[in-house]
Amino acid sequence: MPIRLVKSRTTALLAAVGCWLAVAGAAGADGLKVGDHFPDLTAFKLEGKLPDALKDKVLMLDFWASWCDPCKASFPAMEELHRRYQPKGLVIIAVNVDENRADMEAFLKKNAATFAVVRDAAQKLVEKTGIATMPSSFLVDRGGTIRFAHSGYRGEETKLQYQREIESLLQK
Amino acid sequence: MKRQTVFRAGAVAALGGLLLATAGCANVKPWQRGTLADSIMRADRDPIGVAMDEHVFFSREGASGGRGVGGGGCGCN
Repeated sequence: MPIRLVKSRTTALLAAVGCWLAVAGAAGADGLKVGDHFPDLTAFKLEGKLPDALKDKVLMLDFWASWCDPCKASFPAMEELHRRYQPKGLVIIAVNVDENRADMEAFLKKNAATFAVVRDAAQKLVEKTGIATMPSSFLVDRGGTIRFAHSGYRGEETKLQYQREIESLLQK
Repeated sequence: MKRQTVFRAGAVAALGGLLLATAGCANVKPWQRGTLADSIMRADRDPIGVAMDEHVFFSREGASGGRGVGGGGCGCN
């Protein structure tokens, strides 16, 4: 077989493998980013009651699960943020992604929350966000645009960051 | 069989095998890791059991300290 033919076939083979790996690696790369408009929550058939007045509010959407320890650690901070900023126009919505509703309910018995908690039973909304870590949260301005996104929860550091960002959004 | 045919068959088989192997990979999404996060998935979920196993293993092997513990297996600590 001529060397040239072998070379071209090898190149074609490598190109095919490269394409395959690129396609496989790109799967799931989509997701919501800062600057995107946050999708309409009513379109995802979330279990639980969404707050009535979401228009012109600053939203904090937190994705959490009962099996996630940092999520548990973030609850007292979110409770504090809710109490402090709710009168000024912040609405916190904690979106649970547990596969079993009972797991969420058991968690909430131990970690009571006064902010809104809904469950994304079909995991469609969380799929849409494409988050990379649990918990993850989005801060959305009064116009519905994502202004800040957080991956994970690192205690006081994240809490202070939330405060700064929420205050900046509430002032606008 | 010609050498060219063998080469072609080998290349096709290798490519097919690679595609099948990579197609079998699945990314577990962060929100689907409840089972993986369960304590039952931890190898060290029973510290007393692990300590006992290691005690027996190291005694038999004469390799005390072989897993990050001070000492070099001389049995003198």
